[in-house]
Amino acid sequence: MADARLEAIARECRVQILRMLTHAGSGHPGGSLSVIDLLVALFFGRLRHDPKRPDWPDRDRVVLSKGHAVPALYAVMARAGYFPESQLITLRKLGSPLQGHPDRTALPGVEAATGSLGQGLSVAVGMALGLRTARSPARVYCILGDGEIQEGQVWEAAMAAPKLGRPAHPLDNLTVILDYNKIQLDDFVTKILDLEPVVAKWQAFGWAVLEIDGHDVAQIRKALDQAEATRGVPTLVVAHTVKGKAVSFMENNPEWHGKAPKPEEAIAAVREVLAVSEAAWDDYLATDPATRAIVDELRALETPR
Amino acid sequence: MPAKATRAAFGEALLDLGARDPRIVALDADLSKSTMTAAFARAFPDRAWNLGIAESNMIGVGAGLALTGKVPFVCSFACFVVGRFETIRISVAYTNANVKIVGTHAGVAIGEDGYSQMGLEDVACIRALPNVLVVQPADEAETKQAIAWAAEHQGPVYLRLTRQAVPPVCPPGYRFRPGRWLALRPGRDVTLVASGGPVSNALEAARLLEADGISAEVIDAASIKPLDEETLVASASRTRHVVTVEDHAIAGGLGGAVAETLSEVLPTPLRRLGVVGFGESGDPAGLYARHGLDAAGIAGSVKKFLGR
Ligand SMILES: Cc1ncc(C[n+]2csc(CCOP(=O)(O)OP(=O)(O)O)c2C)c(N)n1
Ligand SMILES: [Mg+2]
Repeated sequence: MADARLEAIARECRVQILRMLTHAGSGHPGGSLSVIDLLVALFFGRLRHDPKRPDWPDRDRVVLSKGHAVPALYAVMARAGYFPESQLITLRKLGSPLQGHPDRTALPGVEAATGSLGQGLSVAVGMALGLRTARSPARVYCILGDGEIQEGQVWEAAMAAPKLGRPAHPLDNLTVILDYNKIQLDDFVTKILDLEPVVAKWQAFGWAVLEIDGHDVAQIRKALDQAEATRGVPTLVVAHTVKGKAVSFMENNPEWHGKAPKPEEAIAAVREVLAVSEAAWDDYLATDPATRAIVDELRALETPR
Repeated sequence: MPAKATRAAFGEALLDLGARDPRIVALDADLSKSTMTAAFARAFPDRAWNLGIAESNMIGVGAGLALTGKVPFVCSFACFVVGRFETIRISVAYTNANVKIVGTHAGVAIGEDGYSQMGLEDVACIRALPNVLVVQPADEAETKQAIAWAAEHQGPVYLRLTRQAVPPVCPPGYRFRPGRWLALRPGRDVTLVASGGPVSNALEAARLLEADGISAEVIDAASIKPLDEETLVASASRTRHVVTVEDHAIAGGLGGAVAETLSEVLPTPLRRLGVVGFGESGDPAGLYARHGLDAAGIAGSVKKFLGR
């Protein structure tokens, strides 16, 4: 069924995230792995978009405000056909359109330059307002990090969005997803600056708020349906997630916020993502040439050139 | 001394000074591992606050602490802390609050993270603010000197630090003083005024130029504001050619400051080396080559400038 297809795509994208970060030798695995199920649900189950026409005026938009998780965005964009998957390993290399943080001018399909946390929601609000007043059917999705919403600008945007455009053009075309993985850069969010009660805060500002498991494809689908059906106000989906999801040694570990795996770590991680035991790994690779090629390419990185 | 990132030297200096001066406190915005204040925070947990990813608030809280007699070091990446320019403008500069603003991850040298994480226009912005002095040390020893000076100085200071390790360039016994530059190497044909990370590249370029028969004076301009007019004018009047070298936008940084002074005091042919346009992702060495800030690039620009 549809949800199983999305889960399979999410596994592929996780493998690509690990692959490109390892080739790059730097980047942010934790927040890429926590957000990927949400991005897959958007790109393969929700968005009205055309990878061949990234400037189509009535396309739905995704603003990845937590821009450091851009490997996840590149993985879904490549899988959707915006650019070839072979290009993924140019991530962060000199001259590549796959910049270390999203660059709208470098790669068609990237909707906003992010990477300085806290700015994406304002831009998404502006897009939603512009599309609404132009009577476009397009929807805008914005993904925020939990640490990110400590930025004051997020709350300026949060205060404005339920009011802007009313009464003729309420921003019910805007859906914000909070990747609530409980970890920021220095430490756990509760140890730095607790956000709770996060649902009550956004509700008080006038948002429709839903709470889901951000790795459960069915829950994501239902939440996005509900957001689309909501009239008069924007929706916040609080997605409870696990930083580093699907790789045991990265899960819930602040150390994996911003460092790339070494090749042998990446190979172990790929195996975990695909849920193959160590004993069965070689046999498995013989049946999966695409993964085999990725693993060989990672192994080649181990031998110093 | 081995090469060391100036942010790492800052972390050590802060820990050291903190033990002697109880007024010193540290503020961070979820980058304490990167700004290297984490050791200070462990040693003095009641004098370090991580305010979350909220740089404007951090700067304002720093100003408030300064107004109660503390000496706050307010730390983040240069781009993010100076990104809150108008907060600095009013709460720190106009207030003349005794805040030490520390901006790490200067320039394209940070590499792969790309433009959004690079401090590139920070000197230009802060230099425009009355009351705030601007200091960019070039190595570990100079950083420790500059931090100790900043802690004693009454008034706001902006300190610009590197992510990458930089080799020692200052001689033993050197003392940092505001408004005083340090000639690292004498020369007759051209003056290279460099600051921060690329100072060692400018020295290396001078060695390359020497092999081509060009004698380059190299000056370490850690004190960008105030600059050292006396040293600048004395050197320029001898060499009659000045080249500035910095890992910063070509507009408004050290090169801009030197241009402003020379054009009024001693008009001298000038070439500014720095980052044109936005930075981008890449390996640091490749980026320095692309932007002409490696030794070969600097030497090549100097030769072209001198018509050799
Ligand atoms: C304005 C700004 N300040 C600081 C940073 C450095 N930084 C990059 S990621 C990060 C932590 C982000 O935490 P969170 O939003 O929870 O992201 P996730 O857990 O999804 O990776 C920080 C502080 C930044 N990119 N932008
Ligand atoms: Mg988080």
